[in-house]
Amino acid sequence: MALQGTHLGMGLDVNDLDTENLEYFKYCAAHDFHLQQCEDCNLIRYPPNTGCPWCASPRARWTRVEGKGAVHSYGEVHHAIQPAFKTHTPYMILLVDLDTQKGQPNADEAIRVAGNLALPDGTLAPADLVKTVGIGTRLRMVFTDVAPGLSLPQWAIDEAAQQPAKPWRYPQE
Amino acid sequence: MPLPADTDASTPKYLRDKYAIVGVGETVYTRGSGRTTRAMGSEAVRNAMADAGLKPGDVDGMLSYQGVDSTFGPMIAGDCAMRLNFYMDVFGGGSSTEALIGIAIGVMEAGLCKCVAIFRSMNGFSQVRIGGTGARSAAPVSGDMLHTRAYGWQSAGQSFAPTFMRYMHDYGTTPEQVAMVKVIHSEHASNNPKAYYKKRMTVDDVVNSRMICKPLHLLDCCVETDNATCIIVTRAEHAKDLRHTPALIRGVVGRCNKPRMDMHYQAGPISRVAGWYAKDILWPNSGVGPEDIDVTGAYDAFTFTTMLQLEDYGFCGRGEGGDYVSSGIMRLGNKRPNNTSGGHLCEGYTHGMNMVIENVRQLRHDIDDSCPIGPDGKRQHTYDYKEGGCRQVKNVEVTANLGWAMPGTGSAMVMRRG
Repeated sequence: MALQGTHLGMGLDVNDLDTENLEYFKYCAAHDFHLQQCEDCNLIRYPPNTGCPWCASPRARWTRVEGKGAVHSYGEVHHAIQPAFKTHTPYMILLVDLDTQKGQPNADEAIRVAGNLALPDGTLAPADLVKTVGIGTRLRMVFTDVAPGLSLPQWAIDEAAQQPAKPWRYPQE
Repeated sequence: MPLPADTDASTPKYLRDKYAIVGVGETVYTRGSGRTTRAMGSEAVRNAMADAGLKPGDVDGMLSYQGVDSTFGPMIAGDCAMRLNFYMDVFGGGSSTEALIGIAIGVMEAGLCKCVAIFRSMNGFSQVRIGGTGARSAAPVSGDMLHTRAYGWQSAGQSFAPTFMRYMHDYGTTPEQVAMVKVIHSEHASNNPKAYYKKRMTVDDVVNSRMICKPLHLLDCCVETDNATCIIVTRAEHAKDLRHTPALIRGVVGRCNKPRMDMHYQAGPISRVAGWYAKDILWPNSGVGPEDIDVTGAYDAFTFTTMLQLEDYGFCGRGEGGDYVSSGIMRLGNKRPNNTSGGHLCEGYTHGMNMVIENVRQLRHDIDDSCPIGPDGKRQHTYDYKEGGCRQVKNVEVTANLGWAMPGTGSAMVMRRG
């Protein structure tokens, strides 16, 4: 069944034919992160799609993946483009290397999951928190509940993890 | 011109120099054209035909690229009194120019037509804003876009920011080094009467301009303009009957990609761009290498895109991009000027075609600067690059255009003076 919701005033939808995204968001709505794992080469992939990017197999199973990792890179938006984000600047666009499968299938690879820096309740993080996060910061996945059946994965600081002494940030604050 | 010994090419060497750009044309670069993309596109095509010395009946092929923001080729052809034997309008932005030149060569080689006009017409400021503001920014987010746009990760600057940031992290590149791309392109633009922004900028101007999306300040980003551009490609042997010295096409690589184009950030290192793959087609097919290039046109959607491409195409070593762009080598009068028109940062935004037009004029040794016109009707270039002065590079023989679509996709072309 199609998904629809409104996030920060911005319409989100997944249509009836898009079975891969419907399945992905079904797990997100239960706050139980799952990704497709190839049934032939066993590599896990993100975002959801219709075939294995390494071996081309269309056969995949949904597998539970731990939502923990470290910031690989980021952008920090100070001038928002979309109306939805105008009142939320600065906000972070994060690419997070999951601990799961890091360094596979080669040393430069990782499952890199996008998201914003958020508070544990899934709301966008305030400016003073943005300033503390950079490349290397340890994060854990949280969820923003958009509508019944539709939640977005997001990233919050992992308070239980050992953090780097000084995560790398762009030189100008 | 001495060229290095042939190296093995992955496509036939016999195509080298067989086709040429014989005509170029454009409208003014402006914000608020007050005209349709049809009106601008047909003007640019007419200007390119006049520049080449071609009549409408001589042009029988047309290609264009767009993102649902322009007029289709057949409308423009009709307004220019052409009957086409071939046309195609493709979906695409940056890096389409070089790719379509490759397609034009292919269709002429296959006998589908004999002379192709390639145009790009866009109201990139007054209609569909290239920076992503306006109607496009408020559109609902569907399906696969939930993994990007739902996070406020939509505009070109936002999309590329993690690539740029990771590069700085890995190699210690400073904002001041990158800012030199804008500084140098603004110097070039000050010698370009057509440029939308002609003011010379300093490093301080760039790093003190307001932050858009770290690591991009306002002045790290290109200008949004309204304009149309056109180039005409035909067999080099036809050029002898035409008005200008032809720009011979040595080799082209079109829309070459990194793996995982559904989300290229899954393919590391993420600071590596498509040029790292494209160079292995460009240089062998062209029979030249970076050291043979006199002028570069490294696409400057952002200051960073120029730097990353020059590095991955081999103009400097891994991690040396910041040193390269801040060394002054790209300045007019120095070893290898880049974007002598001022490029997208200053002249105007055309999704790459104006950078090809600039290099065609450089190869003719007839750049359209403010130098005086002599009794023979040709500009008497002074090679004095002071503000408002000359921008012709002395004795240009070989140029390279490095087109950028996004970190994962790029095109490139080498031309030489005919």
